[in-house]
Amino acid sequence: MKILVCIKQVPDMESKFKANAAGDWFDSSDLAWRMNEYDEYSVEQAIQLKGQVGDADLTVLCIGGEQVKETMKKALAMGCDRGVHILDEQSYQRDPFAIASLIASFARDKDFDVIFTGLQSQDRGSAQVGVMVAELLGLPALTTLVEFAYDNGTINGKRELEGGTRGKVSCKTPALVTCQLGLNTPRYPTLPNIMKAKKKELISIPASDLGASDSRSQSLKLAPPEKKGSGLILEGEPAEIADQLIRILKEKTTVLA
Amino acid sequence: MKLLLIAESREGKLLGSSSELTCFAKQMNADSVMLLVGNDNDLPAYNGTLYLADPAQAGEFNPAVHKQLVLEVVAKEQPDMIVLSHSSYGWDLAPRLAVALNAAQISEVVEVKQDGLLVPVCNAKLRRQVKPDTEICVVTLQAGAFTPSEELTGTPVVVKLTADGEGNILFQGYEAAEETGVDLSKAEVVVSAGRGIGKPENLEMIAALAKALKGEFGASRPVVDAEWAEHSRQVGTTGQTVSPKLYVACGISGAIQHLAGMKKSEFIVAINTDKDAPIGEVADVLAVVDLKQLVPILTEKLSA
Repeated sequence: MKILVCIKQVPDMESKFKANAAGDWFDSSDLAWRMNEYDEYSVEQAIQLKGQVGDADLTVLCIGGEQVKETMKKALAMGCDRGVHILDEQSYQRDPFAIASLIASFARDKDFDVIFTGLQSQDRGSAQVGVMVAELLGLPALTTLVEFAYDNGTINGKRELEGGTRGKVSCKTPALVTCQLGLNTPRYPTLPNIMKAKKKELISIPASDLGASDSRSQSLKLAPPEKKGSGLILEGEPAEIADQLIRILKEKTTVLA
Repeated sequence: MKLLLIAESREGKLLGSSSELTCFAKQMNADSVMLLVGNDNDLPAYNGTLYLADPAQAGEFNPAVHKQLVLEVVAKEQPDMIVLSHSSYGWDLAPRLAVALNAAQISEVVEVKQDGLLVPVCNAKLRRQVKPDTEICVVTLQAGAFTPSEELTGTPVVVKLTADGEGNILFQGYEAAEETGVDLSKAEVVVSAGRGIGKPENLEMIAALAKALKGEFGASRPVVDAEWAEHSRQVGTTGQTVSPKLYVACGISGAIQHLAGMKKSEFIVAINTDKDAPIGEVADVLAVVDLKQLVPILTEKLSA
């Protein structure tokens, strides 16, 4: 079985963000980077599938500049067999369709049986790329999965719907699935596996070699949301804040009555 | 400007989000038609043409068949924009339409601007103004971003569609959410824990504060995913929606999905070390302090 898992490197969402000089994306300096949280579940599920079927080859793919290799190494240390880095220093300028076209272009003649992606990235959050890859490759796509099971060429999954309801879906492989948070418990790479990962194959392909499609939309401007909240801000010593809060709750609510 | 609005139904019932599509069309000052795979005895309040397909035939969830239905209506109506909710149905179908139509897709629109649409970036810490470069585009709307101020009225002119084809996914029905141990929606006070509590042991201080306020404790999604709290405690889009008299958000940055589940609370207190956290947008009071210091003191003073 051939398995592909597509991951993205994103900034830590607890960071403070500001727009870059061109105003078309966030300023990438002074940010800590990590694996997109949704993709951690994809990587884990891909590794579990490999463990289940035994005879499988698991490739992790990531698009971006040199720095994304750090995140790819984590995926390799978790258990992916090889890495394909699509080198593209300006990948943030590509819209989801252009990103999907790069992945589809790479995957087209590789006969992957199962392709995993996250439901969405934490930074752009479009939830488009996975489904678009599937459509470009003519594969069925099961999205938003919180349960995944593979049995002899069939994927059975549960989609997470609003309000906690789940939709039961299945399809035949080859197929693509997009992973929702909570699908499994992503493992932490162990030290021996981190060492082993250094020896794993990690090839770079320039994005220009894959012939990406043009973006179909453009970012005009990036800015913090206009502050709508006129909430009161309390700062200072915890004990003083606690007194102020109790006073406010007595005044503005009936819960302490 | 002409829009094709894609309404949704679940388990045979029309979803309320169809009114948000209509509200968006109004804000865009555009003509529209609507498409629904749903029952003819549960139609949206909508004055316009409604293309209706029978779920018994098209399947309530069958993206490939629904895509064909949309493409059929697109060929007839030549819309400039196809509009869906940014929901588990919408974000699944929209990219399929965008690829089929060579169209730009803009996800999770929160606001219409003169020149483009606003979408959130990085957990809503930033907003991006996006413009499609294609003649037809597909957009999804953030839940709750386009809520009509009054109840809509109207009766659609129904045009029936016939679905055929099988699709490449088999839908095998729904599984109800786990029986909830706690009904947070009935609590007058909800104190919720977010990732900012740091470790599972700290959930105890959140529960203690909830008790001191005679309420229940809740949790944000990351806390539930980490299995620090059970799913019945989860507040947000995929958990419970609450509107208590008092909501206290402890260490919750305020992801959109969480805000959607609690922003209608009567009074909101947020405790967060980050003054710029999005939770501040909905909070009546934002205490900028480490919750691990404040919460025990607050509980003690309330219990005194």
